[in-house]
Amino acid sequence: MEQIESIRPLLAVLVSAAVIPVLISSGGRPNIREAWTFVAGLIKFGIVVSMLPAVLNGQELVLSLFQVFPGVPIALRVDGIGLLFALVASFLWMITSAYSIGYMRGLKEHAQTRYYAYFALALSATIGAAFSANLLTLYLFYEILSLSTYPLVTHHQDAEARASGRKYLAYILGTSIGLILPAMLICYHLAGTLEFSQSGFLAGQAGQPVLIGLFLLLLFGFAKAALMPLHSWLPAAMVAPTPVSALLHAVAVVKVGVFSIVRVMTGVFGIDLLSGMHLGTLAGVIAAVTIVLGSLIAMSQDELKRRLAFSTISQLSYIVLGVALLSPKGMIGGIVHIAMHAFGKITLFFCAGAIMVASGRKYISQMHGLGRQMPITFAAFFIGSLSVIGFPPTGGFFSKWYMVLGCVESEHLLLLLVLLLSSFLNAVYFLPIVFQGFFAAPSEQPGATTVQGEAPIWCLVPLIVTAALSVGLFFYHEFLVDLVRIGLGL
Amino acid sequence: MMTQLPAILVAGPFLAAFAVSIFSWLDSRYCYPITLLGLLTSLGASLGLLLQVTHTGPVHYTFAGWEPPFGIELRIDLLNGLVLVLVSGVAFLNLPASWSMIRRDMHEKRGTFLALYLLLVTGLLGVTATADLFNLYVLIEITSLASYALLAMGNSGRSPLASLNYVYLGVIGASFYLLGVGYLYILTGSLNMGDVAALLPSIASSQAVLVAFVFLIVGVLIKMAFFPLHIWLPNAYTFAPLAASRVIAPLMTKVMIYVMIRLMISVFGLEYVFETLDLSQAMVWLSSLAILAGAVMALAQNELKRMLSYIIVAEIGYMVGGFWLGNQAGITGAILHLINDALMTFCLFLAAGNLAYKLKDLHFESLQGIFRTMPLTMSGFTLAGVSIIGVPPTCGFFSKWYLLLGSIEAEAYGFLIALIVSSLISAVLFFRIFEIGYFEPLHHGHGHGHGHEHGHGTESAIAEAPPTMVIVLAVVALGLIAVGLASGSIVNEWILPIVPRGLM
Repeated sequence: MEQIESIRPLLAVLVSAAVIPVLISSGGRPNIREAWTFVAGLIKFGIVVSMLPAVLNGQELVLSLFQVFPGVPIALRVDGIGLLFALVASFLWMITSAYSIGYMRGLKEHAQTRYYAYFALALSATIGAAFSANLLTLYLFYEILSLSTYPLVTHHQDAEARASGRKYLAYILGTSIGLILPAMLICYHLAGTLEFSQSGFLAGQAGQPVLIGLFLLLLFGFAKAALMPLHSWLPAAMVAPTPVSALLHAVAVVKVGVFSIVRVMTGVFGIDLLSGMHLGTLAGVIAAVTIVLGSLIAMSQDELKRRLAFSTISQLSYIVLGVALLSPKGMIGGIVHIAMHAFGKITLFFCAGAIMVASGRKYISQMHGLGRQMPITFAAFFIGSLSVIGFPPTGGFFSKWYMVLGCVESEHLLLLLVLLLSSFLNAVYFLPIVFQGFFAAPSEQPGATTVQGEAPIWCLVPLIVTAALSVGLFFYHEFLVDLVRIGLGL
Repeated sequence: MMTQLPAILVAGPFLAAFAVSIFSWLDSRYCYPITLLGLLTSLGASLGLLLQVTHTGPVHYTFAGWEPPFGIELRIDLLNGLVLVLVSGVAFLNLPASWSMIRRDMHEKRGTFLALYLLLVTGLLGVTATADLFNLYVLIEITSLASYALLAMGNSGRSPLASLNYVYLGVIGASFYLLGVGYLYILTGSLNMGDVAALLPSIASSQAVLVAFVFLIVGVLIKMAFFPLHIWLPNAYTFAPLAASRVIAPLMTKVMIYVMIRLMISVFGLEYVFETLDLSQAMVWLSSLAILAGAVMALAQNELKRMLSYIIVAEIGYMVGGFWLGNQAGITGAILHLINDALMTFCLFLAAGNLAYKLKDLHFESLQGIFRTMPLTMSGFTLAGVSIIGVPPTCGFFSKWYLLLGSIEAEAYGFLIALIVSSLISAVLFFRIFEIGYFEPLHHGHGHGHGHEHGHGTESAIAEAPPTMVIVLAVVALGLIAVGLASGSIVNEWILPIVPRGLM
């Protein structure tokens, strides 16, 4: 693998953090402030895209920043998997910024400058995590992400936000300090390095019990991946404004969690070591339990955002499951699902937010007949649902298809069954929302306001774009698969 | 000039103290610039010394040309070179940051306060620079006397009593130390550290050496407030005037930890301490206990300064335990944490000072809604808190890393767990404050209760501390990140060379 020294990864990380002072100083002029967010978003996405040709050519962009510990620098490295994640996150940040304008102004939210500033910081941390060259750098950005999203989760500053914020921190910070930190140090103590490499760095460094212990510490320690039983922070975090739920709790934060687990499996342990100790199967079973339980709980939720949250918990474990299959197709499917699920789920969240802005309704049982007033939103919701279910012609079909092939390839037929069962459950909890939205008689509620059509244009356009791209990814997914192949060295 | 740097280092603030005392009678307007000049002199000298030590090795200075072991020697090597910069830097930065407070609270006692402040700094610098055991005792007493007086100047009615308790325990600690010095003098006939170190190995098996060691260490442990010998600290720091506790809190305990490290490395030798004696495990366990006890007691507080004081008690356990792990990572972590913790504590007390300048007290309920009125101060406080929790890239993470690594290497899992648990408790401690400041509506001390003419209570005017206070806080807070990212170089340049080889 040819490595090129480049400053571009650092610029991609820093550009959104660098715009924060400008955002704060233009806090009194919202239009200028939002313009700066777009400028930063465009530059960020542009820099990420500019690295695409080099990476597709099989090169890696690297940059070592600070030599903080012997053998462990704070360093960036752009490989296929990291770039895939960064592309998704930076692209959707732009879309979400547009959506934020419609949503935050539509609902007259307070402290919008603070909101945009922390959002920008969270994106810096996300891209940093995507480009981390070693476990320490990943941990650094993981922690910055945890802290920078706290003010976003608790944006409303009321009692509910406070309780949710507490839960959020207890799970996320508690596991990162209590589980990852000691695990990372034990890794360093054993191997003297934390650098991700294609064959991992732990092979032969310790006995099986120690390695299994480390694997479990790291698997559950990255609690942003919401593996059960460390999942309940995610539904609680739905108290945040919807754009936060959309980008951070369907894309950035949770995907940093699974992305970290992917790195642990492929870069710290390595596929050979995992399959030698059957740890892939262990992770697969844990993920399978989360998939099924997450889907089952989602069915019982009446609040739309909570249903989406449990759906996310379940879908995140698809990614873990795909990689845990340790077969080429399974791993490709799992990692590509990072992108596919991102577009599908963000569409669904955008729709939930649009419904909230237009009608003030949060509960599914209040949404009967709403599709006739908001046909575009519900059509987009339908497309997003299809993608999450994994139905053609949407992008979600391909990632699940690869995972099914992976199950067959690695002869995990029980896990195959889980995948199919869960897709069925997804359909059961998503499609009725669309059906009732279009065809059911409006539910009679005392005091329910009449709905004046669609949400503002700033809300509407983003969800049309992401829905269209969910379909588009069905036709153009090859470059994503290529990125993963290159990243995994397949 | 360069050869006189060690003398300038100590003489700067010492002479300034006299000048300030005189000018406080003549024309008190000159007191502040003189103090600033004295502190700047020692900062410059310590930076020069660190540079010199880094490039050309240890610097010796003998007063009046009396060669050791007869005369008093100042000896600066990498270890205390670093601590000297820390002490003089913190002391210098604190003065402009605290001047508004001193001017407002001290009234006509301003001159006295500044003179005592300079004496305190002189003592701390002297303790750090000296290579003479008895001289060390004298300087510790100068430092302590200055700090007793400074702490007693607080405007709380309980300040004198808190200071008196501090005096009692301080005197006991000093007596222990002096006894230890006496034993060593009888055994070796010398007071010079290098000289004693050369003579000790031949009598290392003597029980008297052990007794001397124990007396010295216990004395120092009392002075640094090592749990359970900490009881003087929280009251003393809580009721002291913040302008003084802003330097005493970060520096006093750290300098005493430096003294412990110095005694162990340069007088008794690590071979004697870790191989002849069998105290390491006990000390590491005691430190683990100190960490947990400090953290739990901090949880029980409802006043900011008291909470910070107990955090200091916990942090002392970090450094003592880390050093007594006796391996390279642990010792590196202890020394690095000494620097980092001084900076973090300084930053926290700077923030506390800014808050105290605007609020009537620092009880938690007074902090309600404080993020709205003092966003800059609270940003600095947040950064320091995050550093205490140990989140990268703030410096607290990097020293914690070495401490954890050292405990893994030494298989001291009790210490490892204590470190992790106290980090988690720190998270609770600080986020509790963040919650109060962020979620609660403004406290009525702030104008919210004065009537409805201010409009809705959620948006309120910013009422920050004076600019110099905020600027110094910002510099120190950003310094926490800078020092964190530079920790690789700090360890390589200044810390690893003093950690003896051959340790595992």
